[in-house]
Amino acid sequence: MHLDKKFSHIGRSIFIHTFLICFTILALFPMVIVIINSFKTRKGIFREPLSFPTAETFSIKGYETVITGGDFQLYFTNSFIVTSVSLFFILLFGAMASYALSEYRFKGNLFMGLFLAFGIMIPIRLGTVAILKLMVATGLVNTLTALILVYIAQGLPLCIFILTEFMKTVSDDLKNAGRIDGLSEYRILFTLVIPLIRPAMATVAVFSMIPIWNDLWFPLILASGEEVKTITLGAQNFIGQYLTNWNAVLAALSLAILPVVILYLIFSRQLIRGITSGAVK
Amino acid sequence: MTPKIKTIRWHIPLLLLPAVIIYSAIMIFPLLATLNLSFFNVEEGKQVFVGIANYIVLFGNEIYSEKFWNALGNNAYFFMIHMLVQNPLGIILAAMLSSKKLRFTAFYRTAIFIPAILSFVIVGFVWKLILSPLWGIAPDLLDMIGLKSLFLPWLGKEAYALTTISLISVWQYIGIPMMLIYAALLSIPEEVVEAAECDGITGSSLFWKIKLPLILPSIGIISILTFVGNFNAFDLIYATQGALGGPGFTTDILGTLLYRTFFGFQLQLGDLYAGSTLATVMFFIILAGVCGYLFGVQNRLRRYQF
Repeated sequence: MHLDKKFSHIGRSIFIHTFLICFTILALFPMVIVIINSFKTRKGIFREPLSFPTAETFSIKGYETVITGGDFQLYFTNSFIVTSVSLFFILLFGAMASYALSEYRFKGNLFMGLFLAFGIMIPIRLGTVAILKLMVATGLVNTLTALILVYIAQGLPLCIFILTEFMKTVSDDLKNAGRIDGLSEYRILFTLVIPLIRPAMATVAVFSMIPIWNDLWFPLILASGEEVKTITLGAQNFIGQYLTNWNAVLAALSLAILPVVILYLIFSRQLIRGITSGAVK
Repeated sequence: MTPKIKTIRWHIPLLLLPAVIIYSAIMIFPLLATLNLSFFNVEEGKQVFVGIANYIVLFGNEIYSEKFWNALGNNAYFFMIHMLVQNPLGIILAAMLSSKKLRFTAFYRTAIFIPAILSFVIVGFVWKLILSPLWGIAPDLLDMIGLKSLFLPWLGKEAYALTTISLISVWQYIGIPMMLIYAALLSIPEEVVEAAECDGITGSSLFWKIKLPLILPSIGIISILTFVGNFNAFDLIYATQGALGGPGFTTDILGTLLYRTFFGFQLQLGDLYAGSTLATVMFFIILAGVCGYLFGVQNRLRRYQF
Protein backbone atom coordinates (compact mmCIF):
# COMPACT_ATOMS: atom_id res chain seq x y z
CA MET A 1 0.00 0.00 0.00
CA HIS A 2 2.73 2.40 1.02
CA LEU A 3 4.90 1.29 -1.88
CA ASP A 4 1.99 1.77 -4.27
CA LYS A 5 1.61 5.34 -3.20
CA LYS A 6 5.30 5.97 -3.62
CA PHE A 7 5.26 4.56 -7.15
CA SER A 8 2.31 6.66 -8.17
CA HIS A 9 4.12 9.68 -6.76
CA ILE A 10 7.21 8.94 -8.87
CA GLY A 11 5.03 8.27 -11.90
CA ARG A 12 3.29 11.58 -11.45
CA SER A 13 6.59 13.38 -11.08
CA ILE A 14 7.95 11.79 -14.28
CA PHE A 15 4.78 12.76 -16.14
CA ILE A 16 5.03 16.38 -14.96
CA HIS A 17 8.69 16.65 -15.89
CA THR A 18 8.08 15.15 -19.34
CA PHE A 19 5.25 17.59 -19.99
CA LEU A 20 7.26 20.60 -18.82
CA ILE A 21 10.36 19.55 -20.78
CA CYS A 22 8.28 19.18 -23.95
CA PHE A 23 6.90 22.65 -23.41
CA THR A 24 10.33 24.11 -22.74
CA ILE A 25 11.61 22.61 -26.00
CA LEU A 26 8.59 23.98 -27.83
CA ALA A 27 9.27 27.42 -26.36
CA LEU A 28 12.96 27.46 -27.18
CA PHE A 29 13.43 25.49 -30.40
CA PRO A 30 12.34 28.22 -32.88
CA MET A 31 14.93 30.65 -31.51
CA VAL A 32 17.64 27.98 -31.32
CA ILE A 33 16.99 26.92 -34.93
CA VAL A 34 17.27 30.50 -36.14
CA ILE A 35 20.45 31.21 -34.19
CA ILE A 36 22.33 28.05 -35.22
CA ASN A 37 21.36 28.49 -38.86
CA SER A 38 22.49 32.10 -38.88
CA PHE A 39 26.06 30.76 -38.67
CA LYS A 40 25.77 28.54 -41.75
CA THR A 41 26.27 28.79 -45.48
CA ARG A 42 23.17 28.89 -47.66
CA LYS A 43 23.70 25.24 -48.56
CA GLY A 44 24.03 24.29 -44.92
CA ILE A 45 20.83 26.15 -44.07
CA PHE A 46 18.80 24.21 -46.60
CA ARG A 47 20.49 20.79 -46.53
CA GLU A 48 20.74 20.25 -42.79
CA PRO A 49 18.63 22.85 -41.06
CA LEU A 50 18.49 20.89 -37.81
CA SER A 51 22.22 20.33 -37.27
CA PHE A 52 24.81 22.60 -35.70
CA PRO A 53 27.21 24.40 -38.05
CA THR A 54 30.25 22.29 -38.96
CA ALA A 55 33.60 23.42 -40.31
CA GLU A 56 32.20 22.85 -43.77
CA THR A 57 28.95 24.77 -43.36
CA PHE A 58 30.13 27.55 -41.05
CA SER A 59 29.74 31.05 -42.43
CA ILE A 60 29.08 34.54 -41.12
CA LYS A 61 28.11 35.99 -44.48
CA GLY A 62 24.67 36.87 -43.13
CA TYR A 63 26.14 39.04 -40.39
CA GLU A 64 28.31 40.83 -42.94
CA THR A 65 25.23 41.64 -45.04
CA VAL A 66 23.40 42.93 -41.97
CA ILE A 67 26.28 45.16 -40.95
CA THR A 68 26.71 46.64 -44.41
CA GLY A 69 23.05 46.55 -45.54
CA GLY A 70 21.21 48.18 -42.67
CA ASP A 71 22.25 50.84 -40.23
CA PHE A 72 21.64 48.64 -37.20
CA GLN A 73 24.00 50.57 -34.99
CA LEU A 74 21.88 53.67 -35.51
CA TYR A 75 18.61 51.77 -35.00
CA PHE A 76 19.96 50.27 -31.82
CA THR A 77 21.06 53.66 -30.50
CA ASN A 78 17.62 55.11 -31.33
CA SER A 79 15.84 52.30 -29.50
CA PHE A 80 18.18 52.67 -26.57
CA ILE A 81 17.60 56.44 -26.31
CA VAL A 82 13.82 56.12 -26.66
CA THR A 83 13.56 53.31 -24.13
CA SER A 84 15.88 54.73 -21.49
CA VAL A 85 14.60 58.32 -21.63
CA SER A 86 10.97 57.13 -21.54
CA LEU A 87 11.71 54.83 -18.61
CA PHE A 88 13.46 57.60 -16.67
CA PHE A 89 10.48 59.94 -16.97
CA ILE A 90 7.90 57.22 -16.37
CA LEU A 91 9.62 56.37 -13.09
CA LEU A 92 10.27 59.99 -12.07
CA PHE A 93 6.82 61.40 -12.84
CA GLY A 94 5.16 58.15 -11.78
CA ALA A 95 6.88 58.15 -8.39
CA MET A 96 5.97 61.81 -7.82
CA ALA A 97 2.31 61.28 -8.66
CA SER A 98 2.14 58.05 -6.65
CA TYR A 99 3.56 59.82 -3.63
CA ALA A 100 0.94 62.56 -3.88
CA LEU A 101 -1.82 59.94 -4.20
CA SER A 102 -0.63 57.63 -1.43
CA GLU A 103 0.62 60.17 1.11
CA TYR A 104 -1.93 62.95 1.23
CA ARG A 105 -5.65 63.14 1.69
CA PHE A 106 -7.05 65.85 -0.52
CA LYS A 107 -10.18 66.62 -2.45
CA GLY A 108 -10.25 64.67 -5.68
CA ASN A 109 -7.72 62.06 -4.58
CA LEU A 110 -9.99 59.14 -5.53
CA PHE A 111 -11.00 60.80 -8.79
CA MET A 112 -7.37 61.45 -9.70
CA GLY A 113 -6.47 57.82 -8.96
CA LEU A 114 -9.29 56.53 -11.16
CA PHE A 115 -8.50 59.05 -13.91
CA LEU A 116 -4.90 57.89 -14.03
CA ALA A 117 -5.88 54.20 -13.81
CA PHE A 118 -8.17 54.52 -16.87
CA GLY A 119 -5.14 54.20 -19.14
CA ILE A 120 -4.23 50.76 -17.80
CA MET A 121 -7.09 49.13 -19.66
CA ILE A 122 -7.71 51.45 -22.61
CA PRO A 123 -4.90 51.17 -25.18
CA ILE A 124 -3.29 54.46 -26.23
CA ARG A 125 -3.30 53.18 -29.82
CA LEU A 126 -6.96 54.06 -30.18
CA GLY A 127 -6.04 57.73 -30.04
CA THR A 128 -3.43 57.40 -32.79
CA VAL A 129 -5.34 59.51 -35.32
CA ALA A 130 -5.34 62.53 -33.02
CA ILE A 131 -1.82 61.81 -31.74
CA LEU A 132 -0.57 61.93 -35.33
CA LYS A 133 -2.44 65.21 -35.91
CA LEU A 134 -0.96 66.62 -32.70
CA MET A 135 2.57 65.60 -33.64
CA VAL A 136 2.17 67.05 -37.14
CA ALA A 137 0.86 70.31 -35.67
CA THR A 138 3.77 70.59 -33.23
CA GLY A 139 6.35 69.55 -35.81
CA LEU A 140 7.39 66.51 -33.80
CA VAL A 141 6.74 63.93 -36.52
CA ASN A 142 9.85 61.91 -37.31
CA THR A 143 11.58 62.80 -34.07
CA LEU A 144 12.47 60.55 -31.18
CA THR A 145 10.74 63.08 -28.88
CA ALA A 146 7.36 62.10 -30.34
CA LEU A 147 7.96 58.46 -29.47
CA ILE A 148 9.27 59.30 -26.01
CA LEU A 149 6.20 61.43 -25.19
CA VAL A 150 3.83 58.68 -26.33
CA TYR A 151 5.64 56.01 -24.35
CA ILE A 152 5.71 58.13 -21.19
CA ALA A 153 1.95 58.60 -21.45
CA GLN A 154 1.52 54.89 -22.15
CA GLY A 155 3.68 53.77 -19.22
CA LEU A 156 2.46 56.16 -16.51
CA PRO A 157 -0.92 54.56 -15.61
CA LEU A 158 0.44 51.12 -14.67
CA CYS A 159 3.50 52.65 -13.01
CA ILE A 160 1.37 54.92 -10.81
CA PHE A 161 -1.01 52.09 -9.99
CA ILE A 162 1.77 49.75 -8.82
CA LEU A 163 3.91 52.37 -7.03
CA THR A 164 0.92 53.79 -5.12
CA GLU A 165 0.29 50.35 -3.64
CA PHE A 166 3.93 50.00 -2.64
CA MET A 167 4.25 53.52 -1.20
CA LYS A 168 1.36 52.83 1.16
CA THR A 169 3.55 50.21 2.85
CA VAL A 170 6.35 52.69 3.73
CA SER A 171 6.21 53.43 7.47
CA ASP A 172 4.72 56.76 8.56
CA ASP A 173 7.14 57.05 11.47
CA LEU A 174 10.07 57.32 9.10
CA LYS A 175 8.46 60.08 7.06
CA ASN A 176 7.38 61.95 10.19
CA ALA A 177 10.90 61.70 11.58
CA GLY A 178 12.09 63.33 8.37
CA ARG A 179 9.49 66.08 8.74
CA ILE A 180 10.59 66.79 12.32
CA ASP A 181 14.16 67.07 11.05
CA GLY A 182 12.91 69.76 8.70
CA LEU A 183 13.07 67.89 5.39
CA SER A 184 10.81 69.22 2.66
CA GLU A 185 8.15 66.90 1.21
CA TYR A 186 10.25 66.52 -1.96
CA ARG A 187 13.33 65.55 0.03
CA ILE A 188 11.28 62.98 1.94
CA LEU A 189 10.12 61.46 -1.34
CA PHE A 190 13.52 61.39 -3.03
CA THR A 191 15.80 60.54 -0.13
CA LEU A 192 13.60 58.41 2.14
CA VAL A 193 10.73 56.84 0.18
CA ILE A 194 12.22 56.08 -3.23
CA PRO A 195 15.25 54.14 -1.91
CA LEU A 196 12.85 51.98 0.11
CA ILE A 197 10.67 51.04 -2.86
CA ARG A 198 13.56 50.39 -5.23
CA PRO A 199 12.52 46.75 -5.87
CA ALA A 200 9.06 47.92 -6.97
CA MET A 201 10.64 50.55 -9.21
CA ALA A 202 12.80 47.88 -10.84
CA THR A 203 9.74 45.72 -11.46
CA VAL A 204 7.89 48.64 -13.06
CA ALA A 205 10.97 49.41 -15.16
CA VAL A 206 11.10 45.89 -16.57
CA PHE A 207 7.34 45.80 -17.24
CA SER A 208 7.39 49.15 -19.02
CA MET A 209 10.56 48.46 -20.97
CA ILE A 210 9.42 45.37 -22.89
CA PRO A 211 6.45 46.94 -24.74
CA ILE A 212 8.44 50.11 -25.53
CA TRP A 213 11.43 48.24 -26.99
CA ASN A 214 9.17 45.89 -28.98
CA ASP A 215 6.62 48.40 -30.28
CA LEU A 216 6.09 48.53 -34.02
CA TRP A 217 2.91 50.62 -34.27
CA PHE A 218 4.12 54.07 -33.16
CA PRO A 219 7.53 53.95 -34.88
CA LEU A 220 5.72 52.94 -38.08
CA ILE A 221 3.27 55.83 -37.86
CA LEU A 222 5.16 58.60 -36.03
CA ALA A 223 8.84 58.02 -36.82
CA SER A 224 9.52 56.00 -39.94
CA GLY A 225 12.37 58.19 -41.24
CA GLU A 226 15.73 56.50 -41.69
CA GLU A 227 17.40 58.70 -39.03
CA VAL A 228 14.89 57.91 -36.27
CA LYS A 229 14.07 54.25 -36.95
CA THR A 230 13.98 52.01 -33.90
CA ILE A 231 15.43 48.51 -33.96
CA THR A 232 12.02 46.82 -34.22
CA LEU A 233 11.00 48.87 -37.25
CA GLY A 234 14.51 48.66 -38.72
CA ALA A 235 14.51 44.87 -38.45
CA GLN A 236 11.02 44.72 -39.99
CA ASN A 237 12.10 46.85 -42.97
CA PHE A 238 15.43 45.09 -43.41
CA ILE A 239 13.86 41.64 -43.42
CA GLY A 240 11.16 42.79 -45.81
CA GLN A 241 13.87 44.00 -48.19
CA TYR A 242 16.16 40.96 -47.97
CA LEU A 243 13.37 38.39 -47.80
CA THR A 244 15.11 35.99 -50.19
CA ASN A 245 18.54 36.36 -48.62
CA TRP A 246 18.20 33.71 -45.94
CA ASN A 247 21.64 34.29 -44.44
CA ALA A 248 20.87 37.95 -43.88
CA VAL A 249 17.38 37.37 -42.50
CA LEU A 250 18.54 34.73 -40.02
CA ALA A 251 21.47 36.91 -38.91
CA ALA A 252 19.20 39.94 -38.44
CA LEU A 253 16.76 37.88 -36.38
CA SER A 254 19.56 36.48 -34.22
CA LEU A 255 20.93 39.96 -33.60
CA ALA A 256 17.47 41.09 -32.54
CA ILE A 257 16.88 38.09 -30.26
CA LEU A 258 20.20 37.88 -28.42
CA PRO A 259 20.41 41.23 -26.57
CA VAL A 260 16.81 40.92 -25.35
CA VAL A 261 17.29 37.36 -24.13
CA ILE A 262 20.56 38.20 -22.38
CA LEU A 263 18.94 41.18 -20.64
CA TYR A 264 16.01 38.96 -19.67
CA LEU A 265 18.26 36.30 -18.18
CA ILE A 266 19.96 38.99 -16.08
CA PHE A 267 16.69 40.48 -14.85
CA SER A 268 14.45 37.42 -14.93
CA ARG A 269 14.57 36.94 -11.18
CA GLN A 270 13.41 40.52 -10.67
CA LEU A 271 10.70 40.19 -13.27
CA ILE A 272 9.39 36.88 -11.98
CA ARG A 273 9.50 38.07 -8.37
CA GLY A 274 7.59 41.14 -9.49
CA ILE A 275 4.84 39.07 -11.07
CA THR A 276 4.64 36.53 -8.28
CA SER A 277 4.58 39.16 -5.54
CA GLY A 278 1.25 40.22 -6.96
CA ALA A 279 2.49 43.49 -8.38
CA VAL A 280 0.18 43.22 -11.35
CA LYS A 281 -3.07 42.36 -9.61
CA MET B 1 -10.20 74.24 12.04
CA THR B 2 -6.62 75.18 12.77
CA PRO B 3 -5.21 77.70 10.28
CA LYS B 4 -2.71 75.03 9.17
CA ILE B 5 -5.41 73.21 7.18
CA LYS B 6 -6.31 76.34 5.27
CA THR B 7 -2.86 76.87 3.79
CA ILE B 8 -2.65 75.41 0.32
CA ARG B 9 -0.31 72.46 0.17
CA TRP B 10 1.37 73.40 -3.08
CA HIS B 11 3.50 70.29 -3.19
CA ILE B 12 0.47 68.09 -3.92
CA PRO B 13 -0.43 69.68 -7.29
CA LEU B 14 3.26 70.11 -8.09
CA LEU B 15 3.94 66.40 -7.56
CA LEU B 16 0.94 65.43 -9.67
CA LEU B 17 1.43 68.01 -12.39
CA PRO B 18 4.04 66.43 -14.75
CA ALA B 19 2.31 63.06 -14.86
CA VAL B 20 -1.16 64.55 -15.29
CA ILE B 21 -0.05 66.95 -18.03
CA ILE B 22 1.69 64.34 -20.18
CA TYR B 23 -0.98 61.70 -19.60
CA SER B 24 -3.80 64.14 -20.40
CA ALA B 25 -2.10 65.73 -23.40
CA ILE B 26 -0.84 62.58 -25.11
CA MET B 27 -3.42 60.01 -24.05
CA ILE B 28 -6.74 61.40 -22.80
CA PHE B 29 -6.97 64.41 -25.11
CA PRO B 30 -6.15 62.42 -28.28
CA LEU B 31 -8.66 59.73 -27.29
CA LEU B 32 -11.39 62.35 -26.87
CA ALA B 33 -10.27 64.18 -30.01
CA THR B 34 -10.49 60.91 -31.96
CA LEU B 35 -14.01 60.29 -30.69
CA ASN B 36 -14.89 63.85 -31.66
CA LEU B 37 -13.25 63.60 -35.09
CA SER B 38 -15.48 60.66 -35.96
CA PHE B 39 -18.40 63.11 -36.28
CA PHE B 40 -16.63 65.25 -38.87
CA ASN B 41 -15.63 64.93 -42.50
CA VAL B 42 -14.11 67.03 -45.23
CA GLU B 43 -16.38 68.83 -47.67
CA GLU B 44 -14.85 71.14 -50.26
CA GLY B 45 -11.59 71.27 -48.38
CA LYS B 46 -13.18 72.27 -45.08
CA GLN B 47 -13.84 70.21 -42.00
CA VAL B 48 -17.59 70.09 -41.34
CA PHE B 49 -19.77 68.40 -38.76
CA VAL B 50 -21.58 65.46 -40.33
CA GLY B 51 -23.23 63.81 -37.31
CA ILE B 52 -23.32 60.05 -37.53
CA ALA B 53 -22.78 59.96 -41.29
CA ASN B 54 -19.38 58.27 -40.89
CA TYR B 55 -20.98 55.52 -38.84
CA ILE B 56 -23.70 55.06 -41.44
CA VAL B 57 -20.96 54.58 -44.03
CA LEU B 58 -19.00 52.19 -41.81
CA PHE B 59 -21.98 49.98 -41.07
CA GLY B 60 -24.13 50.66 -44.13
CA ASN B 61 -21.80 51.03 -47.12
CA GLU B 62 -21.13 47.56 -48.45
CA ILE B 63 -17.42 48.10 -49.16
CA TYR B 64 -16.70 49.34 -45.64
CA SER B 65 -19.12 47.20 -43.66
CA GLU B 66 -17.99 43.97 -45.29
CA LYS B 67 -14.37 44.69 -44.30
CA PHE B 68 -15.43 45.73 -40.82
CA TRP B 69 -17.53 42.65 -40.05
CA ASN B 70 -14.85 40.43 -41.55
CA ALA B 71 -12.19 41.99 -39.30
CA LEU B 72 -14.44 41.87 -36.25
CA GLY B 73 -15.27 38.20 -36.89
CA ASN B 74 -11.60 37.33 -37.36
CA ASN B 75 -10.78 39.22 -34.19
CA ALA B 76 -13.45 37.32 -32.24
CA TYR B 77 -12.04 34.03 -33.54
CA PHE B 78 -8.50 35.16 -32.64
CA PHE B 79 -9.73 35.90 -29.10
CA MET B 80 -11.61 32.61 -28.86
CA ILE B 81 -8.49 30.58 -29.71
CA HIS B 82 -6.60 32.42 -26.96
CA MET B 83 -9.35 31.71 -24.44
CA LEU B 84 -9.64 28.04 -25.42
CA VAL B 85 -5.94 27.20 -25.84
CA GLN B 86 -3.69 29.78 -24.16
CA ASN B 87 -5.49 30.21 -20.87
CA PRO B 88 -6.35 26.54 -20.09
CA LEU B 89 -2.81 25.47 -21.05
CA GLY B 90 -1.40 28.28 -18.92
CA ILE B 91 -3.43 27.01 -15.96
CA ILE B 92 -2.26 23.43 -16.51
CA LEU B 93 1.38 24.54 -16.69
CA ALA B 94 0.99 26.65 -13.54
CA ALA B 95 -0.68 23.78 -11.68
CA MET B 96 2.22 21.51 -12.61
CA LEU B 97 4.85 24.08 -11.67
CA SER B 98 3.28 24.60 -8.27
CA SER B 99 3.20 20.91 -7.36
CA LYS B 100 5.13 20.20 -4.19
CA LYS B 101 8.81 19.27 -4.18
CA LEU B 102 9.15 19.71 -7.96
CA ARG B 103 12.72 20.48 -9.00
CA PHE B 104 13.93 22.82 -11.75
CA THR B 105 10.78 24.98 -11.54
CA ALA B 106 12.82 28.19 -11.91
CA PHE B 107 14.36 26.84 -15.11
CA TYR B 108 11.00 25.84 -16.64
CA ARG B 109 9.40 29.17 -15.70
CA THR B 110 12.24 31.20 -17.15
CA ALA B 111 12.39 29.21 -20.39
CA ILE B 112 8.67 29.10 -21.10
CA PHE B 113 8.40 32.85 -20.49
CA ILE B 114 11.17 33.80 -22.97
CA PRO B 115 8.95 34.15 -26.09
CA ALA B 116 6.79 36.71 -24.26
CA ILE B 117 9.67 39.19 -24.06
CA LEU B 118 10.45 39.08 -27.79
CA SER B 119 8.83 41.45 -30.25
CA PHE B 120 6.04 40.30 -32.55
CA VAL B 121 8.25 41.14 -35.49
CA ILE B 122 10.89 38.60 -34.45
CA VAL B 123 8.36 35.95 -33.46
CA GLY B 124 6.38 36.47 -36.65
CA PHE B 125 9.37 36.09 -38.93
CA VAL B 126 10.84 33.14 -37.01
CA TRP B 127 7.61 31.18 -37.41
CA LYS B 128 7.21 32.31 -41.00
CA LEU B 129 10.61 30.77 -41.76
CA ILE B 130 9.91 27.59 -39.80
CA LEU B 131 6.54 27.02 -41.45
CA SER B 132 7.88 27.93 -44.88
CA PRO B 133 7.73 25.04 -47.38
CA LEU B 134 10.93 26.46 -48.92
CA TRP B 135 13.06 25.77 -45.89
CA GLY B 136 11.40 22.57 -44.84
CA ILE B 137 11.91 22.62 -41.07
CA ALA B 138 8.26 21.91 -40.35
CA PRO B 139 7.92 19.04 -42.87
CA ASP B 140 11.21 17.54 -41.59
CA LEU B 141 9.98 17.64 -38.02
CA LEU B 142 6.65 16.10 -39.01
CA ASP B 143 8.55 13.45 -40.94
CA MET B 144 10.31 12.41 -37.71
CA ILE B 145 6.98 11.39 -36.22
CA GLY B 146 5.72 10.01 -39.52
CA LEU B 147 3.19 12.74 -40.23
CA LYS B 148 4.84 14.45 -43.18
CA SER B 149 1.71 14.04 -45.28
CA LEU B 150 -0.09 16.43 -42.95
CA PHE B 151 2.16 19.37 -43.87
CA LEU B 152 0.63 22.33 -45.63
CA PRO B 153 1.88 25.90 -46.06
CA TRP B 154 -0.50 26.89 -43.28
CA LEU B 155 0.19 30.63 -43.29
CA GLY B 156 -0.65 30.85 -46.97
CA LYS B 157 -3.88 28.84 -46.98
CA GLU B 158 -7.06 30.82 -46.51
CA ALA B 159 -8.64 28.06 -44.44
CA TYR B 160 -5.80 27.76 -41.93
CA ALA B 161 -3.98 31.12 -41.84
CA LEU B 162 -5.99 32.70 -39.02
CA THR B 163 -5.80 29.61 -36.81
CA THR B 164 -2.06 29.37 -37.41
CA ILE B 165 -1.51 33.04 -36.57
CA SER B 166 -3.62 32.67 -33.42
CA LEU B 167 -1.59 29.66 -32.32
CA ILE B 168 1.68 31.55 -32.92
CA SER B 169 0.36 34.30 -30.69
CA VAL B 170 -0.68 31.69 -28.09
CA TRP B 171 2.82 30.19 -28.27
CA GLN B 172 4.32 33.61 -27.61
CA TYR B 173 2.10 34.61 -24.70
CA ILE B 174 1.47 31.34 -22.85
CA GLY B 175 4.00 32.47 -20.22
CA ILE B 176 1.82 35.31 -18.96
CA PRO B 177 -1.24 33.31 -17.80
CA MET B 178 1.18 30.67 -16.52
CA MET B 179 2.99 33.19 -14.32
CA LEU B 180 -0.13 34.94 -13.02
CA ILE B 181 -1.88 31.67 -12.16
CA TYR B 182 1.31 30.30 -10.64
CA ALA B 183 1.48 33.36 -8.39
CA ALA B 184 -2.16 32.90 -7.42
CA LEU B 185 -1.64 29.22 -6.62
CA LEU B 186 1.36 30.04 -4.43
CA SER B 187 -0.67 32.57 -2.47
CA ILE B 188 -3.29 30.00 -1.39
CA PRO B 189 -2.77 29.58 2.38
CA GLU B 190 -1.30 26.26 3.42
CA GLU B 191 -4.04 25.78 6.06
CA VAL B 192 -6.75 25.73 3.41
CA VAL B 193 -5.01 22.94 1.52
CA GLU B 194 -4.28 21.01 4.73
CA ALA B 195 -7.87 21.32 5.91
CA ALA B 196 -9.06 19.93 2.59
CA GLU B 197 -6.60 17.06 2.81
CA CYS B 198 -7.86 16.25 6.32
CA ASP B 199 -11.32 15.97 4.83
CA GLY B 200 -9.98 13.44 2.34
CA ILE B 201 -9.85 15.69 -0.70
CA THR B 202 -6.60 14.99 -2.58
CA GLY B 203 -5.09 14.89 -6.05
CA SER B 204 -7.15 16.23 -8.89
CA SER B 205 -10.26 16.88 -6.85
CA LEU B 206 -8.15 19.07 -4.57
CA PHE B 207 -7.37 21.16 -7.63
CA TRP B 208 -10.90 21.27 -9.04
CA LYS B 209 -12.79 21.75 -5.79
CA ILE B 210 -10.44 23.85 -3.67
CA LYS B 211 -7.75 25.55 -5.72
CA LEU B 212 -9.63 26.41 -8.91
CA PRO B 213 -12.38 28.41 -7.15
CA LEU B 214 -9.67 30.30 -5.27
CA ILE B 215 -7.80 31.32 -8.42
CA LEU B 216 -10.93 32.42 -10.31
CA PRO B 217 -10.15 36.14 -9.75
CA SER B 218 -6.79 35.67 -11.48
CA ILE B 219 -8.46 33.82 -14.33
CA GLY B 220 -10.80 36.81 -14.63
CA ILE B 221 -7.85 39.22 -14.84
CA ILE B 222 -6.15 37.06 -17.47
CA SER B 223 -9.32 36.94 -19.54
CA ILE B 224 -9.72 40.72 -19.60
CA LEU B 225 -6.01 41.24 -20.35
CA THR B 226 -6.34 38.78 -23.24
CA PHE B 227 -9.46 40.57 -24.47
CA VAL B 228 -7.88 44.04 -24.48
CA GLY B 229 -4.63 42.72 -25.98
CA ASN B 230 -6.39 40.78 -28.74
CA PHE B 231 -8.75 43.55 -29.79
CA ASN B 232 -5.95 46.01 -30.39
CA ALA B 233 -3.44 43.50 -31.79
CA PHE B 234 -1.63 44.55 -34.94
CA ASP B 235 2.11 43.85 -34.97
CA LEU B 236 2.09 40.06 -35.40
CA ILE B 237 -0.29 40.12 -38.36
CA TYR B 238 1.52 43.07 -39.95
CA ALA B 239 4.89 41.31 -39.62
CA THR B 240 3.83 37.90 -40.92
CA GLN B 241 0.91 38.56 -43.26
CA GLY B 242 1.34 42.22 -44.20
CA ALA B 243 -1.03 45.14 -43.67
CA LEU B 244 -3.68 43.54 -45.90
CA GLY B 245 -4.17 40.58 -43.55
CA GLY B 246 -3.66 38.06 -46.32
CA PRO B 247 -4.35 35.65 -47.83
CA GLY B 248 -7.57 37.23 -49.06
CA PHE B 249 -8.20 39.26 -45.86
CA THR B 250 -8.64 36.04 -43.87
CA THR B 251 -6.26 37.31 -41.15
CA ASP B 252 -7.43 40.92 -41.28
CA ILE B 253 -8.28 42.07 -37.75
CA LEU B 254 -9.41 45.43 -36.36
CA GLY B 255 -5.83 46.64 -35.78
CA THR B 256 -4.72 46.07 -39.37
CA LEU B 257 -7.99 47.46 -40.73
CA LEU B 258 -7.52 50.61 -38.60
CA TYR B 259 -3.96 51.02 -39.88
CA ARG B 260 -5.06 50.80 -43.52
CA THR B 261 -8.10 52.98 -43.01
CA PHE B 262 -6.47 55.99 -41.41
CA PHE B 263 -2.87 55.72 -42.58
CA GLY B 264 -3.46 54.36 -46.05
CA PHE B 265 -1.75 51.43 -47.70
CA GLN B 266 -0.64 50.96 -51.29
CA LEU B 267 -3.42 52.38 -53.49
CA GLN B 268 -5.79 53.10 -50.64
CA LEU B 269 -5.52 56.66 -49.36
CA GLY B 270 -5.54 57.32 -45.64
CA ASP B 271 -8.78 58.78 -44.28
CA LEU B 272 -8.53 60.41 -40.85
CA TYR B 273 -12.30 60.56 -40.40
CA ALA B 274 -13.04 56.95 -41.32
CA GLY B 275 -10.05 55.97 -39.16
CA SER B 276 -11.43 57.91 -36.19
CA THR B 277 -14.81 56.27 -36.67
CA LEU B 278 -13.27 52.81 -36.61
CA ALA B 279 -11.06 53.70 -33.62
CA THR B 280 -14.18 54.90 -31.78
CA VAL B 281 -15.97 51.64 -32.48
CA MET B 282 -12.92 49.73 -31.20
CA PHE B 283 -12.84 51.99 -28.13
CA PHE B 284 -16.42 51.06 -27.27
CA ILE B 285 -15.81 47.35 -27.91
CA ILE B 286 -12.87 47.39 -25.47
CA LEU B 287 -14.72 49.62 -23.00
CA ALA B 288 -17.69 47.24 -23.06
CA GLY B 289 -15.39 44.31 -22.33
CA VAL B 290 -13.63 46.13 -19.48
CA CYS B 291 -16.93 47.34 -17.94
CA GLY B 292 -18.44 43.89 -18.27
CA TYR B 293 -15.46 42.53 -16.41
CA LEU B 294 -15.38 45.21 -13.70
CA PHE B 295 -19.10 45.21 -12.92
CA GLY B 296 -20.08 41.68 -13.79
CA VAL B 297 -17.23 39.26 -13.30
CA GLN B 298 -15.02 40.92 -10.71
CA ASN B 299 -17.79 41.81 -8.26
CA ARG B 300 -19.08 38.27 -8.28
CA LEU B 301 -15.59 36.83 -7.82
CA ARG B 302 -14.65 39.11 -4.93
CA ARG B 303 -16.19 36.88 -2.30
CA TYR B 304 -13.63 34.16 -2.96
CA GLN B 305 -10.75 36.42 -2.07
CA PHE B 306 -9.17 36.34 1.37
